[in-house]
Amino acid sequence: MRRSSRCSDAGAARWRAIAALGGALVMLATLAWGQPPARPLSDETAYQIASELRCVVCQNLSVADSPSEMAAQMRAIVRERLAAGDSPEQVREYFVARYGEWILLKPRRSGFNLVVWGVPIAAVLLGLVAVGVLLRRWTRRPAVPAAQLDAAMSERIRRELEREP
Amino acid sequence: MRRAWRWLVPLSAVPVLAVLAYGFLLDPRSIPSPLVGRPAAPFSLTAFDGSPVSLEAWRGQVVVVNFWASWCKPACYDEAPVLERAWRTYRDRGLVVVGVDMQDTPEAARAFIRQFQLTFPNAPDDGGKVAVEYGVYGVPETFFVDRTGTIRAKHVGAVTDEVIRATLEPLL
Repeated sequence: MRRSSRCSDAGAARWRAIAALGGALVMLATLAWGQPPARPLSDETAYQIASELRCVVCQNLSVADSPSEMAAQMRAIVRERLAAGDSPEQVREYFVARYGEWILLKPRRSGFNLVVWGVPIAAVLLGLVAVGVLLRRWTRRPAVPAAQLDAAMSERIRRELEREP
Repeated sequence: MRRAWRWLVPLSAVPVLAVLAYGFLLDPRSIPSPLVGRPAAPFSLTAFDGSPVSLEAWRGQVVVVNFWASWCKPACYDEAPVLERAWRTYRDRGLVVVGVDMQDTPEAARAFIRQFQLTFPNAPDDGGKVAVEYGVYGVPETFFVDRTGTIRAKHVGAVTDEVIRATLEPLL
């Protein structure tokens, strides 16, 4: 009885050790798998946002691409705001509130800006309709009636074909 | 029917030309600031002389916030005496002029302040946070904040005595 109880004690201890080890492994795994992606993801997001912002002291360069000090400071602000828990949209909104939509390299798909997206699509559709209308008009045009051959002419053609060696 | 079509092609060019003509009338460099009419963002900096510079502390006064840099030639050099003059003229009527030095070295900035004997507070904006808060995209830029702390006007480029007078008189 004693022996068996000791045995079961040892068994329980072993199980406890295995459980603890397993728990530690799970914790390590969560740390290893859960933690690292958070950093690169934020960097990726920061780069993404910076690439959509206009460098204010440059001509046609994004904040991500510009080597200027101002752009570097704006990149730092983007990262800082993301680190503070702002969503990418909130970070964009932060800059738009201060610089206007001018700061966005890509105009937003709303309001008057929709014209930018709508006009090319409308132009293509209009062009397709025009092509369709023209094609129909051209194909519908009555075929040129075959030239009437008089009897003498067809006789001559027949003769000349037969003359062929 | 055919006649109508013949006119339609040249006529369709009219709105396009009108849009282009309108575009030529605009100044592509003038970007309206969304901040005019909005509350001025509070900021706390330390002036070159070590004194604290805080917009909140001047609530109730008219504040001219000027963004400058010692490398900004000639505009910042043109307006420095104008700002100093405005500060001396209107400080008794409740005006505060504050200079925010952007992307500069302390030595060059101090030399600039000495050169123009500026007596209004000037502070370096390390990290460019205040500049971004104010949507600044170049130097010099000047913001006029009224007694309630609302941005009432923004001037891009060197301010002149006329700009100062015309903008400040209604606020004081």
